[in-house]
Amino acid sequence: MQTELEPVLQDLKDAFDAEVSEFRGDVRLQISSDKIVSLCQKMRDELGFTLLSTMTAVDLGISKDPRFNVLYHFTSVTANLSLGVLVDVSATDPTLPTITGVFKNAAWRERELWDLFGIKFEGHPDLRRIVMPDDWPGHPLRKDHPLGYEEPQFTFNYKEIDSRKPYARE
Amino acid sequence: MGVEEKLGNLGVVTTTLESVMNWSRTRAMWPMLFGLACCAIEMMAAEGAHYDMSRFGMELMRPSPRQSDLMIVAGRVSRKMAPVLRRLYDQMPDPKWVIAMGDCASCGGVFNNYAIVPGVDEVVPVDVYIAGCPPRPEALIHGILVLYDKVNQQKIKLSAEMVR
Amino acid sequence: MTQLQEVSVDQIKHLVSERALQGETVLLNMGPQHPSTHGVLRLLLELDGEIVVNCIPDVGYLHTGIEKNMEAKTYAQAEVMTDRLDYLNTTGNNLAYSMAVEKLVGLDVPVRAQAIRVILVELQRIASHLIWLGTTGLDVAAMSTFLYCFRERESIMDILEMCSGQRMMTTYIRPGGLWRDVPVEFEAAVRTFIKMFPRRVDQYEALLTRNPLFLDRTLGIGKVTAEQALNFGMTGPPLRATGVNWDLRKARPYSGYEQYDFVVPTRTEGDVYARYIVRIEELRQSLRIVEQAMDKLPLGPIRSNNHKFVPPPRSEIGVSMEALIHHFKLWTEGYSAPKGSVYSAVESPRGELGFFIVSDGGPKPYRVHVRTPSFDNLQALPLMAKGVLVADLVAIIGSVDIVLGDVDR
Repeated sequence: MQTELEPVLQDLKDAFDAEVSEFRGDVRLQISSDKIVSLCQKMRDELGFTLLSTMTAVDLGISKDPRFNVLYHFTSVTANLSLGVLVDVSATDPTLPTITGVFKNAAWRERELWDLFGIKFEGHPDLRRIVMPDDWPGHPLRKDHPLGYEEPQFTFNYKEIDSRKPYARE
Repeated sequence: MGVEEKLGNLGVVTTTLESVMNWSRTRAMWPMLFGLACCAIEMMAAEGAHYDMSRFGMELMRPSPRQSDLMIVAGRVSRKMAPVLRRLYDQMPDPKWVIAMGDCASCGGVFNNYAIVPGVDEVVPVDVYIAGCPPRPEALIHGILVLYDKVNQQKIKLSAEMVR
Repeated sequence: MTQLQEVSVDQIKHLVSERALQGETVLLNMGPQHPSTHGVLRLLLELDGEIVVNCIPDVGYLHTGIEKNMEAKTYAQAEVMTDRLDYLNTTGNNLAYSMAVEKLVGLDVPVRAQAIRVILVELQRIASHLIWLGTTGLDVAAMSTFLYCFRERESIMDILEMCSGQRMMTTYIRPGGLWRDVPVEFEAAVRTFIKMFPRRVDQYEALLTRNPLFLDRTLGIGKVTAEQALNFGMTGPPLRATGVNWDLRKARPYSGYEQYDFVVPTRTEGDVYARYIVRIEELRQSLRIVEQAMDKLPLGPIRSNNHKFVPPPRSEIGVSMEALIHHFKLWTEGYSAPKGSVYSAVESPRGELGFFIVSDGGPKPYRVHVRTPSFDNLQALPLMAKGVLVADLVAIIGSVDIVLGDVDR
């Protein structure tokens, strides 16, 4: 797959000034956030990558800059190729342009990133929470959000946890 | 009703009102269709032909809470779903029972995080807990029989109901 | 959130048409608890009489926080949670996770383990399609198929229980191979199933495929074109029913699929009936794969020898010092994966199921993202549901075959 991907990578490197990296057979391109819409347009129309497999984000840590890494994963069903594109997002201004105009399934994927990470997407038609309740404070998948772990009841702390639990009695 | 054997073929049966009431409640208890996640599949398998639940009176599952007696909470209850669960429980007419099926409904199960209510007894009062992830259909049927035992021991609380 | 919130039309006016704001159309809540929305899916329908003008899905009622929870567990412990994602395809989830970890860490899998993995995953695909057929039949009022399908599924559950001890959440397929070898009764049970199943599929087809009532309810309903399907990110049988021949088992073979001879069914119409035909044909093809894998089942070890990541067999612990040390390290600390990120995908009964694992060099994954097929397949529902009757909407939801554990994770 690497050989067939070469002309595509060369084309994208020249057009968008991208860096290529590879780990265990997965090829990734790193570009800056303002070029993402035109890259998606080019991938879909000229290069034949018509399927946006997934869109996800990684929180690199509270003190790191850039804080988030957003990964777009494209697949070409005609040529049987896959390519990942990484974009850096900083913590102070976590916004990206939306790609819902190019790939329609980005609508919910971007809502999910807003809900779980707090990354805003400009131009999104309907940016609201998708998996958490509407009044949930915070963004769960960030590293500074707690897991919400509840202490298990063993025999030595059974009564004290029992008295704290809000049972519904009627 | 042991009086028949003593008095022979009299054509009269005597018993207590409680026994008749409890007997009729257990023989036709209709569960509400409340399958949330994986336990729902085992609940459906328990309803299938192999482990038949209709021999215990649960011939059909009513999706409407107004027409059911028993709510089998089968699956994990997330924070977004908890108020919906409470509203459905409130819509059920008395007498009503709740079975917490599976580990996630009983105590939060494998998941110990922000998104799952750890035990559905924080939202509705539970009568029987069934362990398992997911519990086998036989375990569900055992839980239902335990619930029938519990119902058969209920007494009529006339004074409290009439006062209300 | 302890109380339900009242939402006025103003808050969602960007989603519904103008007629709703004037009160011409009715906004109906097809709520989380409903007999036909296969799980806790909430649909906000804008109805003009009986015709659906707009359909707005609201998901998240089964959100389990699996992705964040897996960050707090070691790689071996996190696999237990993968079963519960798409709970109709449990061995498939285990396979996808194990393959992602094997790719990250660089583990080999012996051929016998690969063949048994294929057998179990294809049996699970048959079980998942049987549940789909049963519940979708129930939605379009074909109630006897529900009982027949669950009867067949019991045989498959018996086979899974024989191997792993659990009917559904097996965690039998682990990184590096399998948990333990299959028992001696496995082959007889699978061969009995292979012999009895084709006639049962014929029975289901005799009930539904040329039934005029079924055709009336499904032919021409919920059409999607191939371009629209690809733009929405649909994969799996809904995509193959529009004519695109994309199946990860053929395009990027994994776990030995290249040795088996099977056909990927496709149709061109893209409606509910086409998806039904594609899945029925997949039942037959999966059985073919199981038969070939059983015939060719090689002998050999079922776990990799790389004991830095795979536990050594218990019999060795008494005699070899290294085996004991490896066992100790794996059980107390867990293995550490190298830094980096991988994405690995398999073909689940619903589409492309992929795991994206990011590792920072420690024993716990830093971030796990699961690319679930039902999340993208469901996004096309508003497109398919424009202008249909409510009864047709029920048939369409059934045909997309979503599992809410997949959508909400």
